Amino acid sequence: MQLTLEFGGGLELLCDSVKIHQVNVDPQDGEKKLTMKQLLGWVRSNLIKERPEMFMKGDSVRPGVLVLVNDCDWELSGQLDTTLDEKDVVVFISTLHGG
Amino acid sequence: MDIVETKPKGRLCSICNQNRAALKRPKTLEQICKDCFYEVFEEEIHRVIVDNQLFKSGERIAIGASGGKDSTVLAYVMSELNHRHNYGLDLFLLSVDEGITGYRDDSLETVKRNEIQYGLALKVVSYKELYGWTMDEIVKLIGLKNNCTFCGVFRRQALDRGAALLKVDKLVTGHNADDIAETVLLNILRGDIARLSRCTSITTGEDGPIPRCKPFKYTYEKEIVIYPFCCIMVFISCLFFSALLVFSLPHKPCYLFDFIFYAYITSENLNLLFTYAYFKRLDYFSTECIYSPNAYRGFAREFIKDLERIRPRAILDIIKSGEDFRISMYTKMPEQSNCERCGYISSQKWCKACVLLEGLNRGLPKLGIGRSRDLNNEQNKIIKQGNETRSIQSKQCGTLDF
Repeated sequence: MQLTLEFGGGLELLCDSVKIHQVNVDPQDGEKKLTMKQLLGWVRSNLIKERPEMFMKGDSVRPGVLVLVNDCDWELSGQLDTTLDEKDVVVFISTLHGG
Repeated sequence: MDIVETKPKGRLCSICNQNRAALKRPKTLEQICKDCFYEVFEEEIHRVIVDNQLFKSGERIAIGASGGKDSTVLAYVMSELNHRHNYGLDLFLLSVDEGITGYRDDSLETVKRNEIQYGLALKVVSYKELYGWTMDEIVKLIGLKNNCTFCGVFRRQALDRGAALLKVDKLVTGHNADDIAETVLLNILRGDIARLSRCTSITTGEDGPIPRCKPFKYTYEKEIVIYPFCCIMVFISCLFFSALLVFSLPHKPCYLFDFIFYAYITSENLNLLFTYAYFKRLDYFSTECIYSPNAYRGFAREFIKDLERIRPRAILDIIKSGEDFRISMYTKMPEQSNCERCGYISSQKWCKACVLLEGLNRGLPKLGIGRSRDLNNEQNKIIKQGNETRSIQSKQCGTLDF
């Protein structure tokens, strides 16, 4: 499944300073849909090169990291249970930086 | 807990009931669409300004602008509301150049573009010209411990001096609700009663030459970060058109600026200025101070974010608790007078900036940092510290009434 992932607010520094990633992620065996929970695991092991604790805490993003799925706050779509479709855009922005 | 089967396509904005909700407001837990958010966000700040009588018509106001998200959104919202509601204010941008290579020099470029975009005059004051030291030089001397103390103390004065040069009546800063909640916690942890009692005031320093105020006092950081995102959808078609125009131009290095410029002129709507903030995201979201990883504040910050996740209102509640602290009349507070050396407001003989600066210039950078025991070998400091210790001991620790 093709997805566009965007990192901002300093998170891009954790993945070689690249902000926008076009990626191909498939649902895990036996699952029909890819969920945010699976995507986070995938991002952590495939895109994040350093200090993963700046991005994740437990199995979710670290508090203070905003997640937008297709320009929509993931708190409205069920956070970790949000299911993703082909060509979805997922944005991660850290708010833990100075103003 | 929200249990959502499918994507929230059917979930409508709780204000207009027409568009798809795009975010959940941390303050109210309302689910609202972009258009409504945009309106609610600005009108809430307008209410804060009006209810607290932050400004009077005809005043000259400096906006402390770092090039970061808070101050950029503040500069935009202030100039927008000033127009829309006829505040009659003269707005200026004021920036401090701490001299941090790879951080401040980049973000200052951002502020310079703000200057042109919002049509606001910009004044930059630098640590180098005010104190003779850049932060790069200070860090080289003292390392990454306590460097934020120097930066914070120097910045505070630098903003005041810049504001005096601009001859403004007030200084507004982009401190948001999250910042203020953090400060309340920090002041409790440090036992700093004097600061605890004033850190939640929306306007401070009214008795001084240049009062400061915080129009974002009740604004969540989450909303400030999302705000630029929301506007993009509204103007996406204009943007596309502008993109076509700009990418056909030969001079690529400043395409960002051109992009915005054309976006602006292709729309009759003033709000399109906002596209600028969206694209500025490219600049400002990555500006994390390269010298800050050791700052104590970071711990408070993380704690606040943890609380917010569990219960978003916690941030406003902490601010409210901070406001409701009543410091006993019997508590001896530091007396405000003026620094004998530079004349800046100070509770000691010398202001903190002068003490720190003296330490730097004499090669004793620990001067003025930390507690008295660190300074024992410093002759004249012992005298000074003696006074300080006495005054702390004689200070009743204050019964705090709620």
